[in-house]
Formats: sequence, C-alpha cells, structure tokens
Amino acid sequence: MTAWDTDEVMTIVAARELRDGAVCFVGIGLPSEAANLARATHAPRCVLVYESGTIGAKPEVLPLSIGDGVLADHADAVVSVPEIFNYWLQAGRIDVGFLGAAQIDRHANINTTVVGSYAEPKVRLPGAGGAPEIAASAGEVVVVLRHTTRALVDRLDFVTSVGHGTGAGARDALGYPGRGPVAVITDLGVLRPDPATRELTLVAVHPGATADQARAATGWPLRVADDLAVTSSPTGEELAVLRDLRARTAASRGGPTRPVRPTGR
Amino acid sequence: MAELTTLREAIAGLVHDGDTVALEGFTHLIPTAAGHEIVRQGRRDLTLVRMTPDLVYDQLLGMGVARKLVFSWGGNPGVGSLHRFRDAVERGWPAPLEIEEHSHAGMANRYVAGASNLPFAVLRGYVGTDLASVTPTIRPITCPFTGEELMAVPALRPDVTVVHAQQADRAGNVALWGITGIQKEAVLAARRAIVTVEEVVDAFAPRPFQVVLPGIAIDAVAVVPRGAHPSYAHGYYDRDNAFYTAWDPISRDRDAYRAWMQRHVLDVDDFAGHLASLAAVA
Repeated sequence: MTAWDTDEVMTIVAARELRDGAVCFVGIGLPSEAANLARATHAPRCVLVYESGTIGAKPEVLPLSIGDGVLADHADAVVSVPEIFNYWLQAGRIDVGFLGAAQIDRHANINTTVVGSYAEPKVRLPGAGGAPEIAASAGEVVVVLRHTTRALVDRLDFVTSVGHGTGAGARDALGYPGRGPVAVITDLGVLRPDPATRELTLVAVHPGATADQARAATGWPLRVADDLAVTSSPTGEELAVLRDLRARTAASRGGPTRPVRPTGR
Repeated sequence: MAELTTLREAIAGLVHDGDTVALEGFTHLIPTAAGHEIVRQGRRDLTLVRMTPDLVYDQLLGMGVARKLVFSWGGNPGVGSLHRFRDAVERGWPAPLEIEEHSHAGMANRYVAGASNLPFAVLRGYVGTDLASVTPTIRPITCPFTGEELMAVPALRPDVTVVHAQQADRAGNVALWGITGIQKEAVLAARRAIVTVEEVVDAFAPRPFQVVLPGIAIDAVAVVPRGAHPSYAHGYYDRDNAFYTAWDPISRDRDAYRAWMQRHVLDVDDFAGHLASLAAVA
C-alpha cells in the first residue's frame, strides 16, 4: 500500500467531484491541480475553462498563473476576458466552478479580500478576481482549501463571494442562478451543505483523520453527520498520476512546486 | 494614426502627471517596459488601472507614482502577495493609496462600456457581497423591460492605455495572439493608446485566435524586444517563473526594493539596459 499525505488526498477527493464531460471554471492553485487530475484520470472529457479566456484547456503541466501559455497551447478556443465572463459564465454555460478561499464560513461564503477591517486591514489579500461571479453563476461550486481555524472561521471579515448567504433560501432571494457550493473539500474531510439549513456539515473524513480533528480545526461548532463516512483511499492510479503531474510541473519550472496559496481566483 | 516612435518619446508625449493610466495584460504580454519608463520619467499622481496588478504595478506603487489604484485582483500569481501593494494599502508607504475594487467581471464590463462609449455596463453579480458596500462604483439598477435587479458599473475611460503585443506592421497596425485578455477593450476605451511590440514585420501571418488592433486606434508604437519580461510573449519567449519567485524577497523589504529599483530601473537607460542589468546579477 502506497502512503499518501493529506494534501494528496485533498486533491484526489476534490478531483472526484468533477464529473466526466462537465464544463468546469477553474481557479488557480489547489482547484486547478484537482481539475487537471480529474481530466487525467476519470474525467477525460471534462472541459476546463480559465478566466484568462481559455476554453477546453489541456495543460501538460500545472499552470503557475491563470494565464500561462500552456493553457492556450491546446485549447479548443481562446476568447477575450469579457467574453469568458459574459457569454460563458453569466450565460449559464458553466456546470461547475472549482474555487479556493482564504476564509470560508459555515454557509460557504468566501473571503479573499482582507483580514481585519476593510479600511485598515491587517492583511490585504489579492481580492475578488473572478470568484464572485463564478460563485453566482456556475451551476454548482466546489471549494478546496486546507482545514484550519484561520481558514474556516465563525465570521468572515469580508464577503467577497456568496456561497449560501445567511442560509436556506438566501441564494434565491439574491436571484443567483447557480446552486452554489455543493462540497468543501479540505485536507481532513468533506463538508456539504445541509439540505434544509444550508449549513456546512462534515459528511466524510479522509482515511486517518477524525471528526474531532475536524472540529478542532473549525472556527465554529462544526456539525457532523450521524452517518459520517470515510472517503475511499486514494487509488494507486490516482496517486501515480498526481505525483507524475507534480513532478512534470516542477521540472518545467526548474524547481519544486506546490500550489501554496489558494486565493480565490 | 499610429506613429512608430521610441518608448521614451511615447511616454513623454502621451502620459502626463495626474492621468488615469491602464497598463493591461492578463499574465501574458504585460507591458513591463512601459511601466519602467513611467518610473524613470518621474510621473506622479497617477490613477493606475489594471484587472490583475502584478509585479510591474508593485514596482510602480512602491515608487509612489500613483495616488489611486482601480483593480480586481492584486497578487504575485502562483507565488503570493504583492508586498509593495500591501505596504501601500496596509501602512500607507510610501504614500496613502486610494483603492477602487471590483471583480474581474465588473472590470471587464467597465472596459467594454468605455470602448462602446456608453456611460455604464450592467451585469449579474456583486449582489450580497461586501464589494458593493465598499466600492461606490457598484450600484443596483432595475431592468426597464423585465424588472430584474442588476448591478451597474461605470465605464472605464483611461487617459492612456498601454499594452504589449507581438508584432506591428509598418502602417502601425498591431497583432497579438495567445491569451489576449482585455487588451482590445482597454485600448479602445482609452483616449490615447501606446503599444510596445516585439518586432515590426512586413505582413502578419494568420494565427489561431489572433487579434489585430488597427493602427487608427493607436497613437504610438514602439519596438521593445522582451518588453513584457518577466511575463511572456507567446511565440517569442516563456514566462520567467524564477523572477516571479525572486521578486517576493526583494519586494518584502523597503530598502531591498528601493535598491533594486535604483539599480535595475532608474540607473539604466532603457529596457535593454534593464535586461542587461538583470543578466549581470544572475
């Protein structure tokens, strides 16, 4: 049995969320790694869309930025930025958005703008990028981030992108066409919104992780499903493909690499 | 009609203190050389506009050339923070920086409205976010036909837009290909436009997804080989990922940053000199 680390299992479980054939709007960093792993394993017909305007991107190595040349090289089409947001995202042609986050709350709302007050921030984060409209208009959203009390917080310092707002019915009241976040994948487990309240609930832990670990790493009293599952272990193929992808990416950049700062693009 | 000139003359003649200036490029074809020339010529009080301010905007902001930044994502892609941008916003160094913050969709539509000579654009977005409460240029609007609540954002009309492209022809038409981002809209929204190019050719070859900007929309074209470094020019050179990583420690420290700007921007004559100065320390 091959051992794996928590980041690997996070990426692999996130990749499994992407259905074959789905049109996926991909954020840079952890979401991009997961989406490309999916394309290289169970979802060869998924269509990866990046906000730089590439539709059907087929990068051979992971892009470091959202507009790397590898995204354009074998894309089905390269379009302008207004076109990608207006004709593709806003028009409802995106099945699923894969996003990262600096902070997320119990209703899967996302902050990528500031830590602290807006006028006098403790940490100025990069900002919104494409995330607010991806969260609004993609058919559904999957969020990938590491599980810490700094990331999963009781109260967001700033709402950059709306997940389920204040809870049940909030997206409808805002007039948002997409279903919003359907899964939050962390390095400890899988959280899904409760069907009635829309509050994130821990529905599965990764092999080796526990519900108590997840509770301790969450900034609000985390609800845990009665029938808490254990995610199925990474397969040999998933691990082999992910490690090969990372190794080829590192070689292409002339050094070791990991997507280290998910920032909501 | 586009005049073939030098970058120094183009910036001197077309970019003035107090102007609203957009140097656009979406990871690809970022007009770094033009940013450096603006620093060397000592422009002040600029309002800088860019969807994705990255290293060249970090360099500009740290030199105090701007009083305001209009943007939608400010980071070092794949690496982390823009430390000069953060220092300006978090601590007001070297001078307080006003910010006007949007999403990418909002900024893209603002350029489209500017290029269309309309006062504003509408989109479905921002509702329920805190962006709408901190940014006065995001306002609700009701569709007069359906009653749907939408968001309005005002047109962006930069005094000057600067972009980098692969080629110009001798008539001053410009060709760019690969990821072409927001450049066409940013040029057409502007009152004046400067384009730096890798080279001048007799005729453009057909290429997939190529965008041609007619010379009638451009005021000045200047040849600056590798003028988008450390970003890339599709078909010419790759992104210098190592430089993006190296920028992180340089930009974290105010003194290290200022020394770097002195040596590699202020003390060189032009972008060829800048690239030579980088090669000398590599």
